[in-house]
Amino acid sequence: MNKKDGILGLCVTGAALLMFFLMGMNKAEDADQVRITVDGETYGIYSLEEDQEIEIQHEGNHNKIRIESGKAYMEEADCPDEYCIDQGEIHTRTQTIVCLPHKLVVEVINENDKKEEAIDAIAK
Amino acid sequence: MKENKEITWCAMMVALAMIFSYVESLIPINFGVPGMKLGVANLVTVTGLYFLKPPQVLIIVILRILLTGFMFGNGMSIMYSLAGGILSFFVMVLVKKIKGFSISGISIAGGISHNVGQLFVAACVVQNMKLVYYLPPLLIAGTATGMLIGILSKRILTVINKFFLVTG
Repeated sequence: MNKKDGILGLCVTGAALLMFFLMGMNKAEDADQVRITVDGETYGIYSLEEDQEIEIQHEGNHNKIRIESGKAYMEEADCPDEYCIDQGEIHTRTQTIVCLPHKLVVEVINENDKKEEAIDAIAK
Repeated sequence: MKENKEITWCAMMVALAMIFSYVESLIPINFGVPGMKLGVANLVTVTGLYFLKPPQVLIIVILRILLTGFMFGNGMSIMYSLAGGILSFFVMVLVKKIKGFSISGISIAGGISHNVGQLFVAACVVQNMKLVYYLPPLLIAGTATGMLIGILSKRILTVINKFFLVTG
């Protein structure tokens, strides 16, 4: 390790911490819904406030997401790595569950997110 | 180095990198972020950059990813690894050309760019840019593992230079 190596390491760590900070500000906004997207397309939007179980069948792939006491988690998945199950519970806006083999993303959103998208859609 | 010797070294490095990848896949460490791992196979790439020609190292990287991918992974995992592996290779070659960076700096740059490349491909595959939220932890992980790999590479290189390359 010499001086330049240290500077590189510190800069990247600093940038990462800054991003953490910015994300923390974003996180503070209320979020009460999850959006599930498969292959880039919205599969459905579900409220975090009611406990439910969402079964997803897409091109022979199976995923089961459970929403319980305001948190969502992947309960079952037949993907090879099962990383999506390991990712645990999510409930803030900066958290996502990704099932890469199935191209499935569960993200926490709020009303503003949906409005932004409506604007995007108009712009298109 | 003579041509025969170079070919033998490349083959050995590919084999070594494959073993590292395999052993690593056996260790069930869950960092909570998908794709986060030690990247021991990067040890081979980093050390290789110091006594092989860059094109040879690139071939080692690609072969290692393809072979381990076919044996232990799946088609998609090959794609992520290739994106990360090739990007980190070029970044490391570039950083090596800049004066003032030691092997640790090169390895850190490699670790970071590997993670960035993989994350970018993953974000494209799921078509969801929210994956950038994984970037900060992956940057820090890349720096930490890069530093570790750099320290190890340095020690390995002294051994290689002392015992294997003197006879040329």
